[in-house]
Amino acid sequence: MSMELDVFVGNTTIMDMEVYQLWLDGLTVSDAVKVRMDEGALLECEANAEVLTSDTMDQFRTFQMCERLLHSPTKLGSQLLYQIPAQNQRILIERYYEFDSVFAREVLGKKLSKGTKKDLDDISCKTGITLKSCRRQFDNFKRVFKVVEELKGPLVENIQRHFLLSDTLARDYAAIVFFANSRFETGKRKLQYLSFQDFAFCAGQLISYWTVGAVDSMMEDMDVDLEKEFLHELKDLKVLVNDKDMMDQHKILVCAALRGKIKVYKLMEVNFKNLSRALINLASKLTHTKDVRDLFIDLVEKFIEPCRYDRWTVAEITLFLTHYTNAAHCLGTFRYQMIWDRYMGVIKSCILQMYHE
Amino acid sequence: MPGKLKAKIVAGRHLPVMDRASDLTDAFVEVKFGNTTFKTDVYPKSLNPQWNSEWFKFEVDDEDLQDEPLQITVLDHDTYSANDAIGKVYIDIDPLLSCEAATVISGWLPIYDTIHGIRGEINVVVKVDLFNDLNRFRQSSCGVKFFCTTSIPRCYRAALVHGFVEELVVNEDPEYQWIDRIRTPRASNEARQRLISLMSGELQRKIGLKVLEMGGNAVVGYLQCFDLEGESGLVVRAIGTACTLDKLIPGTESKETLPSSSSPPPFSPSKPCSRQSSSSDTDLSLTPKMGKTPPPSSPFLTLYFFSDPVYFQEFPFFTLTCFPPGFLVHIGGVVSARSVKLLDRIHNPDEPETRDAWWEEIRQEIKSHAKALGCHAVVGYSESTTICEEVCILSASGTAAMLNPRFMREGCLDAGGSEHSCGFCHIPYDEFNMPFPAQLTYCYHCRRQKVPDVLFTTIDLPAEAAVTGKGCLIQARLCRTKKKAQGEVNATAISNLLPFMEYELHTQLMNKLKLRCMNALFGLRIQISVGENMLLGLASATGVYLSALPAPGGIQITGKTPSDLSYDQHISTMQKRINDTIAMNKELYNIHPLECIEEVVGSPIPDRQRSRLFRSTSESSDELSELDLSHGKKDAFVLEIDDTDAVEDIQSLLTDAPMPAGFYSCNTEVMPGIYNWTSGLQMFTSVRVYRLSNANLTNQGLNKIFTDLCENLLKSLYFKLRSMIPCCLCHLNFTVAVPEEELIQVRRHTPKHTSPILYIFPKNILVRSGENEEQLQFSMELFSSSERCSPLPEVRSRSLRSTRSLPCGAPVTVVKMTPLSFLPRTRIVKYLGIINMFFIRETTSLREEGGVSGFLHSFIAEVFAMVRAHVAALGGNAVVSYSMKECVFMENPNKNQAQCLINVSGDAVIFVRESDQEAIPPLIMSGQPSTTGADGTT
Repeated sequence: MSMELDVFVGNTTIMDMEVYQLWLDGLTVSDAVKVRMDEGALLECEANAEVLTSDTMDQFRTFQMCERLLHSPTKLGSQLLYQIPAQNQRILIERYYEFDSVFAREVLGKKLSKGTKKDLDDISCKTGITLKSCRRQFDNFKRVFKVVEELKGPLVENIQRHFLLSDTLARDYAAIVFFANSRFETGKRKLQYLSFQDFAFCAGQLISYWTVGAVDSMMEDMDVDLEKEFLHELKDLKVLVNDKDMMDQHKILVCAALRGKIKVYKLMEVNFKNLSRALINLASKLTHTKDVRDLFIDLVEKFIEPCRYDRWTVAEITLFLTHYTNAAHCLGTFRYQMIWDRYMGVIKSCILQMYHE
Repeated sequence: MPGKLKAKIVAGRHLPVMDRASDLTDAFVEVKFGNTTFKTDVYPKSLNPQWNSEWFKFEVDDEDLQDEPLQITVLDHDTYSANDAIGKVYIDIDPLLSCEAATVISGWLPIYDTIHGIRGEINVVVKVDLFNDLNRFRQSSCGVKFFCTTSIPRCYRAALVHGFVEELVVNEDPEYQWIDRIRTPRASNEARQRLISLMSGELQRKIGLKVLEMGGNAVVGYLQCFDLEGESGLVVRAIGTACTLDKLIPGTESKETLPSSSSPPPFSPSKPCSRQSSSSDTDLSLTPKMGKTPPPSSPFLTLYFFSDPVYFQEFPFFTLTCFPPGFLVHIGGVVSARSVKLLDRIHNPDEPETRDAWWEEIRQEIKSHAKALGCHAVVGYSESTTICEEVCILSASGTAAMLNPRFMREGCLDAGGSEHSCGFCHIPYDEFNMPFPAQLTYCYHCRRQKVPDVLFTTIDLPAEAAVTGKGCLIQARLCRTKKKAQGEVNATAISNLLPFMEYELHTQLMNKLKLRCMNALFGLRIQISVGENMLLGLASATGVYLSALPAPGGIQITGKTPSDLSYDQHISTMQKRINDTIAMNKELYNIHPLECIEEVVGSPIPDRQRSRLFRSTSESSDELSELDLSHGKKDAFVLEIDDTDAVEDIQSLLTDAPMPAGFYSCNTEVMPGIYNWTSGLQMFTSVRVYRLSNANLTNQGLNKIFTDLCENLLKSLYFKLRSMIPCCLCHLNFTVAVPEEELIQVRRHTPKHTSPILYIFPKNILVRSGENEEQLQFSMELFSSSERCSPLPEVRSRSLRSTRSLPCGAPVTVVKMTPLSFLPRTRIVKYLGIINMFFIRETTSLREEGGVSGFLHSFIAEVFAMVRAHVAALGGNAVVSYSMKECVFMENPNKNQAQCLINVSGDAVIFVRESDQEAIPPLIMSGQPSTTGADGTT
């Protein structure tokens, strides 16, 4: 005797969110049954293995059938096929689009193409996340990317409107889209210590201050690209290193402000020109796409590593960058205050986020 | 030309991609009614077309309006080849024909295709302008209201109850026409859907005509069924109760349960002159056997008959299961009749007489059975068929009862009903002239009248009944093997087996009832299905302890050969286990009657007698009664240990797993003994198909398997619903089928199966939460939260800058579905019309759709979705008395094909939630509890 068919359909679609998680994690039915057994599901309602298997299969099937709708979450609200309470719809969508930051870290900055999709096996092995789950997460990235890529207006808001995600999750997706679009280098060994959250924070900064949408909320362009004009103007900052007087004066101002306040004062004094040059050069190079991609690796190699070598503390870096930024305002001949603040604001917060072990 | 139908096609959304090249669709719509067709313009290159068509007007006879559905076909325009159909929508116009129902159908309806399922939605508006036609010879019956609900609908008052109406129409099944050999399965299935839609329309119209003839304006308890007789045709039949209903003005609705009519609703009694008694149900012969039971001489009957000869009616049957208090005077017991027929091969659609005659015969039998029980009417009446190849079993059952003519005549008889009353338990038959040996006692409630010691009925528990403890679902399950045979031989074999099956089912029910220390069954439904080499019987009912009836005796086990000591030991352990179970059940169901102690410790001998007479009470056939007696002579109170059957019985008695804590189940509308319902409810359909590995099983083996399957199914349900605890599964409706090899295949290809398939589906289970007093607070909280979820899609961002609006427009209305006739803690304010839908779904890529389970799962979900959409389009927010009448599944895995037919029905309604103030202290409404509240607590 064998069960040929076993279906259970409710007028209101009933979903067990614990089982949903197992499904999202890419488990097979039998694995999921095992997990549920270990969690003590059998103790409830005098269930047996058969009952549990049947329930798990049923739930998995339900999720599978809903998956199509989850691909365009706005449809979930207007579709007629499944009557799902709004509360559950929200959970379904949110969980479906949630991702493992370990996985996101691996894919970050990569082109969301078929080629990358083929590497998912490796990522799955490396991270211990099932291939099925990797595929879902990758497809989610790709889907969100495709939809918002060409849209005008604020990136986070676009993602929220089209995918009905929570604010935090939408911001994470914005980061992923932003990285995938600009193809920032994140894979280098030296960058390995950075987590997804570090990059997501930086992306948020870049989106908020360096894109077209950042200055002009009436947007013509979109949020995904950095403002060309701004990057071009960054070249003007070169005076800070090219003009010897200005550089010296800058140094004097910073040193005056920091004397006695930081332990690494001596080293700072020695290295000031190098550090300043590193930051200014970085700015002036950003007109080239290649250099934009290397933004993070450059920050690490040219600024973070030297500081780390000299054992700066985060507090010291904060102080240094604050005074370094402010001192430029006191330079009589320096005319690019606006650009300077816009540049340094982002650079400062990125460095602070990235400055850890 | 008394009607103008107007339809407007507004828009479409979520359409499928029909043009691979552009990933878009050039959609247009054909609107067809009768022979007239209109088309919209093609809306090019869009998956969300906006047609905004003009009003398409059809000027038609109202007869056609009733018969025909409005057909809407969405197509993809193709310049070079034939246009591809995307899908169809059938709209039943009927709800628009009654002034009291819906006035417009407007909303998003799923576009359905038999192969692809739901493919997007279409927004339509449909209206009807009806001109009055006073032609006496008219063929239409517009305006007659239909209700599936088997009680007087909530916002109506019964001014008159006219009685039984029935009709059947037959046609050739398009699936079996010669043309089917050359057309595609899809075209065939569409033809079938269309035909059945037409036939139901016609049937409803004809029933409506009968109602008008009787002077009524509504049909309550409308039950429509299909018989797919295969090559011999397609039968659509329906029964119902004709009534004259008055709409209650809102505000006075609290009185609705009392048919306080000034005009006497004339109940039609049966012919008192008929002396014929119960005949054999299972006989192939047409001649009814003359029985021996003298006709009862009820004073009511004669009096009534002579006073209201005008309303004399052939069959005093009522499809209602729930009555206003005081309506039922006495209940006799269950009456049922079955008849095995051979389907004739040559079939003439214009002569439905054969089928009519068959049913006529059965009804006559039922009537005579009722008379044998001293009753003039049958309530809770229903009919069903089961077909296996050319053998067809027709069954009818109901509860013999005496109805109160005085009550009906004088109208409001100061509703003694709201108080507990015991009248309906009293025997209707003459004590000194009993139709069968029965043990009577004085009523435990009034101490004046005689009552039987057990009562079986097919109706719901009357509101006035006093119950001790809680009720529970009781099931008897039985499997019997049968030799494969053809034609007449097969039919004879089946009809020989039937009485034994009925007998055993009753014995099982009786034992289980006693084991739970209960004394009455309500909502009894016995289903017998035929397979190629087995017969299945499944009886479900809700057991209760009626306070008016005596306490049931215990169960005694006796051995035939009490020589062996160890054997005696065995018996006494068994006995102990049984006694323990009884004690445990008493606790579980909270049954603590006042005077039951002396009764329980009964000696085996009266017990034996009693068990025998229970059976007789509930069975109506003489043949069965005789059988019963002969079996009795051989000794055997059921639990005799020598008997293999008895061992089996004990096994099944003791293996019935108890329900997990927090769960209750019943198959009636309300759970006896539980009164505090919350409004949280959830309706389910579950289908399971098992393949039996070995066809050469014994009866016992089969029984065991069958019982296990049912138990497992229940267990699964409990597990699934564990998050809703405390909850109650109401209206648990099981259906079993043994699709024979012929049926399993898809579309007449030679079958490859060798083993039979068991096919169980409990349908329309409703889960209601609600619990004992101490947990009330908790459960209310639990469910109110899940209830209040707004149906609005969560659009979080302000679309400040969005220039293009997203396709998700209006929020989807939440539509509740329930097999009950009411929604707890709500008030039904309007009935919008009957929903009666028939769908076929087929696939040629079964594996790709997730196998049989995936296929059926999505189909059932689609059917739900379509029902909900149609209800919402009518302006409703719930379906009550919902039921899935038919669910026929066929598959051919070798060909990767499957096909399924589903028929659903129900009443579309608008309900409003009782506001909290209103619900808890029902002070408003003239001091009476509002009806829904009151009934919800009965």
